[in-house]
Amino acid sequence: MVWRPEPSAEDLAVRIAEAGLEQGSLLEMYRTMCLIRVFEEAIRDRYWAGKTPDFNIAAGPIRGLIHLAVGQEAVAVGACTPLREADVVVSTHRAHHHALAKGVDPTRLAAEIFGKVTGLSRGKGGELHLFDRNRRFLTSGVVGTSFAQATGAAFGFQYRGERNVVVMFTGEGAANHGAFAEALNTASLWQLPLVVVIEDNLYAGSVPKWGTQAVNQHYQRAQSHNIPAYLVDGMDVIDVYEATESAIGRARDGYGPTVVEAVCYRYRGHFEGDPGGYRSRQEEETWERLDPIPRLGRRLEQLGWAGDETRTAVRRMAAEEAIQAVKVAEKSPLPNPAEALQGVFA
Amino acid sequence: MRTLRGIAPAVSEALDQEMANNPEVFVLGDDVSHWGARFGFTGGLQEKYGRGRVIDAPAGGQNVLGLAAGAATTGLRPVVALISGDFLGTGFDQIYDHIATVNYLSGGQVRMPVTIVVAVGGGYGGGAQLSQMRYGLFAHAPGVKVVVPSTAYDAKGLTTTALADPNPVIIFGHRLLTGQPGVPFEGEDEDVPEDPYSIPFGLAAVRREGSDVTIVATAATVRRSVRAAAHLAEYDISAEVVDVRTLVPLDTDTIVASARKTGRVLVVDEDYQSFGTTGELTFRIQAGAFDRLTAPVRRVAVPDVPIPYSEPLEQAVIPNVERIFDEARSLAGVSARAS
Repeated sequence: MVWRPEPSAEDLAVRIAEAGLEQGSLLEMYRTMCLIRVFEEAIRDRYWAGKTPDFNIAAGPIRGLIHLAVGQEAVAVGACTPLREADVVVSTHRAHHHALAKGVDPTRLAAEIFGKVTGLSRGKGGELHLFDRNRRFLTSGVVGTSFAQATGAAFGFQYRGERNVVVMFTGEGAANHGAFAEALNTASLWQLPLVVVIEDNLYAGSVPKWGTQAVNQHYQRAQSHNIPAYLVDGMDVIDVYEATESAIGRARDGYGPTVVEAVCYRYRGHFEGDPGGYRSRQEEETWERLDPIPRLGRRLEQLGWAGDETRTAVRRMAAEEAIQAVKVAEKSPLPNPAEALQGVFA
Repeated sequence: MRTLRGIAPAVSEALDQEMANNPEVFVLGDDVSHWGARFGFTGGLQEKYGRGRVIDAPAGGQNVLGLAAGAATTGLRPVVALISGDFLGTGFDQIYDHIATVNYLSGGQVRMPVTIVVAVGGGYGGGAQLSQMRYGLFAHAPGVKVVVPSTAYDAKGLTTTALADPNPVIIFGHRLLTGQPGVPFEGEDEDVPEDPYSIPFGLAAVRREGSDVTIVATAATVRRSVRAAAHLAEYDISAEVVDVRTLVPLDTDTIVASARKTGRVLVVDEDYQSFGTTGELTFRIQAGAFDRLTAPVRRVAVPDVPIPYSEPLEQAVIPNVERIFDEARSLAGVSARAS
């Protein structure tokens, strides 16, 4: 709908077959997207507890900043579904959807967001600094600073002869950092197993991309580094999956990096509490009609793979898992203050 | 005179008044238009001066700070506003090796009148990369002036001075002093003159007079030290609180004079403890007041761990009123026994 005509049922079946997708994998993608959506909504609910009527960033069960990716689930799930456990994901300040799509445990993720001792980092990192070594999941809280780290992880795999891949997420705003070009150059020169996924949600904080980019899309910049690039509909998980699946396959087989630019939209503010006002309601409504979850739902219906009843059951199961994770996390104990002084050195 | 809440409107007013008079002043940075650099330091400026002078730049510290350095060489007066002092890292080289050094390395030919305004400081659950102070790192670089305001009055006057200074100046504004809606506020509503005024750099301010112990502090820890001092008075301990106001240049005279008067000094800082501000202040205090000190200088700072996220961990490392009170009380007690 954004970049391509919406396929007929017949075309869709062909596309799905070409992408190598089956009923089970598509339903699993639907489930993960639902899990992410409900997880983030539950986190949002707890974030606002204690912050109304007067917003206070330091009050309530979740303090500080929360960056939700509601609306961007298709990018995370489409790009992470082809990954194996040993592959690395390098994420950003907006990371919940990437983490869950990479298989990070929702309870430990939520517990970190609540600052609990049961969290991924025992409460030390928080929402902005999410790490899971077992799931090979990394983030950076400073915008535009993880490109070379992703390149380095890809170098590590190449150096050791491991057939693993790195998926690096970035926003379109962060890709204006000079380090983005440095990473593309290095990855192309050394043919590193790196897939760069640009989540182009049109706004860097409050600033629309036409205010900060000389070209409307970044994928063109990949081409100037001899890197193949795709522009995909980030509100369509199948489109994202198709491009990243082949990119990841090529990277794994030693054919070097790819850039996938997924145009999408975040339904919430840059952070919760973002006063807004820089996007029109009309624009928001246009993108809300492209909500990636009902869109995939309609396709499952068209394919005859999941009717109303099945989809409702999948949604309910995913919602229960997400809500339970947030509940358990909130009830978990806080760390002992003495832990603050531990762990600076390994 | 009218009431201002916090250092952010004070900084933006100083920028506004300077921009009205000097067309060479322009503002560049992250979210400087819509959100006033997120914490309000550039609030309202784009509406007044337009997109040509208040510019949301493409992300990237090297880009923004390098651009400011280059623009400064043509006679402009760039003001760079970033949403977080933690984000200075991506432009570190531009500050450390260029903006700071070029006046010296060019034999005074090329000046770098760049003013940088950043939000710093924790205590709101921001996590390490949105909570660090790190001004000590920049005060360490020869050639950069470092402003650490604790009041709206100072923030306005020191910003005006920064914009008249031919040298680079970084204004580190503590988030919990900005007075922005939704952010905890540790300052007070203040009467601040509407007319422009400037406060010279290198003049510390005695915020409370006392005779038993001196507390030297910066930014938000000044407010906490004043509160701790009020509490200490209930225990018959008379604490003097000295607000450093600018780390570079540093008013050693005022600090040493207070140290010589009380003989006992507690240095308080929200930056990391080792190899930084507290060490430098302590050096200067012992050098100037050694013969009058009745106890070793003590310090309260962030104990060399990145700022943790979880509330009990964060509260354990960021200097608060209680820790300042405890340390000052203990220092006064130790000293009393020793004398």
